Amino acid sequence: MGKMNVNLCGIELDNPVIPASGTFGFGYEFDELYDINVLGTFSFKGTTKDPRFGNPTPRIAECTEGMINAVGLQNPGVEKVISEELPKLYKVFNKKVMANVSGFSVEDYAYTVEKLDSVDEIGWFEVNVSCPNVHGGGMSFGTQPEAAAEVTRAVRKVTKKPIIIKLSPNVTDIVSIAKACEEAGADGISLINTLLGMRIDLRTKRPVIANKMGGFSGPAIFPVAVRMVYQVAHAVNIPVVGMGGVSSAENVIEMMLAGATAVEVGAANLVNPYACRDIIADLPRVMAKYGIENLSDIIGAVK
Amino acid sequence: MKQSIFTIKENRPLTDLVWLMRMAGDTSEITAAGQFVNIQLDGLYLRRPISVFDCEDGMLSIIYKVVGKGTEKMTTLPVGTELDVLTGLGNGYDLEKVGKKPLLVGGGVGVPPLYYLAKKLIAAEKKPEIVVGFNTADEIFGVEFFEEIGCKVTVTTVDGSVGVKGFVTNALEAIDYDYICTCGPEPMLKALYRATEAKGQYSFEERMGCGFGACMGCSCKTVTGYKRICKDGPILEKEEILWEK
Repeated sequence: MGKMNVNLCGIELDNPVIPASGTFGFGYEFDELYDINVLGTFSFKGTTKDPRFGNPTPRIAECTEGMINAVGLQNPGVEKVISEELPKLYKVFNKKVMANVSGFSVEDYAYTVEKLDSVDEIGWFEVNVSCPNVHGGGMSFGTQPEAAAEVTRAVRKVTKKPIIIKLSPNVTDIVSIAKACEEAGADGISLINTLLGMRIDLRTKRPVIANKMGGFSGPAIFPVAVRMVYQVAHAVNIPVVGMGGVSSAENVIEMMLAGATAVEVGAANLVNPYACRDIIADLPRVMAKYGIENLSDIIGAVK
Repeated sequence: MKQSIFTIKENRPLTDLVWLMRMAGDTSEITAAGQFVNIQLDGLYLRRPISVFDCEDGMLSIIYKVVGKGTEKMTTLPVGTELDVLTGLGNGYDLEKVGKKPLLVGGGVGVPPLYYLAKKLIAAEKKPEIVVGFNTADEIFGVEFFEEIGCKVTVTTVDGSVGVKGFVTNALEAIDYDYICTCGPEPMLKALYRATEAKGQYSFEERMGCGFGACMGCSCKTVTGYKRICKDGPILEKEEILWEK
C-alpha cells in the first residue's frame, strides 16, 4: 500500500485530508458517526474574539452541484471555545487540530490567536482573511495585499505555531496577496474560501438568502480552486492547502498535483457526513490505480 | 443518526400537491415522533429534510408537499427506487413532558409528524385530540389516519368550506386540553402560542444545509441560547421560544 502521509508546516499528517472550517463544527459531534482520528487533522469552526450569532435565516441556498451559505461566522467566542468546545474535542481526538480564526480588525485577529496560542492541542492557525475590515471601510482583508500582510504580521507576533493564511478567491490577483502573506511571515497558504454568489427565488422575487449574498461552495467550484491552487503554489515557497469542491479521492490527488500539500473537504461533509472517512478509505485504491507510491511525491507535480 | 438505503414501496398523491411515500429500510435510529429524515436525490446537491409520518418494523412513511424541484422529483420516483437516507435527525417530541389531555395541532404539511406522535401518545396512555387546519377543502388530507387510531379530529378551513371556519385557534375553545404539541407554518405557531395558556412543544421549520448540526445554516435564537433547528430542534418547548421575525 502506498504512503499517504504528508508534512504540513513541520507537523506530520497521516493523510492529507482535512475537514474544512465551518463544515465540521468542533469535531466531537462527528465522532458519534466515526472515529475522527482517521483524519489528517481538521480545521475547527471559525472562531472570533466575541460570540457571534451570525446572519439572519435563511442562510442556505442550493445551486447546481453546490450551495451558497451566509452563516456569518456563528461561534461562541474564543473564551467559550477554549473552556467548553475544545475540552469536548480532546476527549475524542488525539491529533493536533487546526484553529480557524477570523476577525474584524487587525487587533481582533491578534487577540484571538494569542488566546488560543496556549492551547497545546492546536497545531496550526488557519487565519481567515475573507472578513470585512471594519476599520478599513468594510473591504475584506483578503482583497488587498497590504491588509492581508498586516494581519499576518500581527498574528506572527503572538504565536510561534505555524500560521496558514486562508485566502478569498474574490480578488483580481490572488498571487500578489499570497506573496504578500509569505513575505509577512506566513508558514502556509490555504485556498480557496467560497466564491461570492447569489440566488433569487422566482416565486417571491427576492434573494433566497436573507443576507442576499453568500459563499458558493461545492463541486461546481472545483476547477476554479484547482486553477488558483496551481497559480499560488507555483508562486510561493511555503506549503499550500487546497480546497474548494473537493468530494472524492480523485479530487484530492488532482489538488495535490496542482500544488497542494494537504487538502480540505468542505461542502461534501454536509451532504455526506462520512465524506472525509470515505475519501481517506478510498485513497489507497485511487493511488494504486494511478501508480502513486507516496502521496508526498506528487505535490505540485504539474509544472 | 444513520445513513442507509431505503427502497420505495409506495408513492401516491393524497391531494393535488401532497404525496405519501412508504419505504423499507433500517429504521432503528428513528427514536421519537417529530424527528425527520434527510433524503438524497439524484441531480440535486443538498438533501431534502422531510418529517416522519409513521415508522414501524422497518417501514418508514413520509408525507410531503410538492414545493420545489426536489419534492417534484420525488413524485416521479417509482416503487423499487433506492434512496440514500439519513435517519434519526432532530430531537423529536418529549412524551414525558406531555400532559394527561394532550391536543395535537397541525397546519397543512405540518400535520404528518403528529400522526406518529398520536400513535406514541396512545401507547403511553395519553390519548390526544387532534386539530388540523387547511386553507380550503381540497387541501385536506390525513384526517382518516387519525380517525383509524381512534382520535377525535376537528378540521378548520380558512374559507369555511369544511369544519370550523377560520384558523386552528378558532377550534381551541370547544376542546378540553392541558398540553399542546404542534407543527405547522410559523404564523400558525405564533398565533397558537398567543391563543393558549397551555404548555407545549412547538415544531419549527428552517431552510437547512446539512440537517445534522454541522453547518449552522438553520440556527435560531431562543430564551436558552442559540439552537440549531436540525439538531437541537426542530421541537422547542414553549418557554424557550423567542419570536423574532
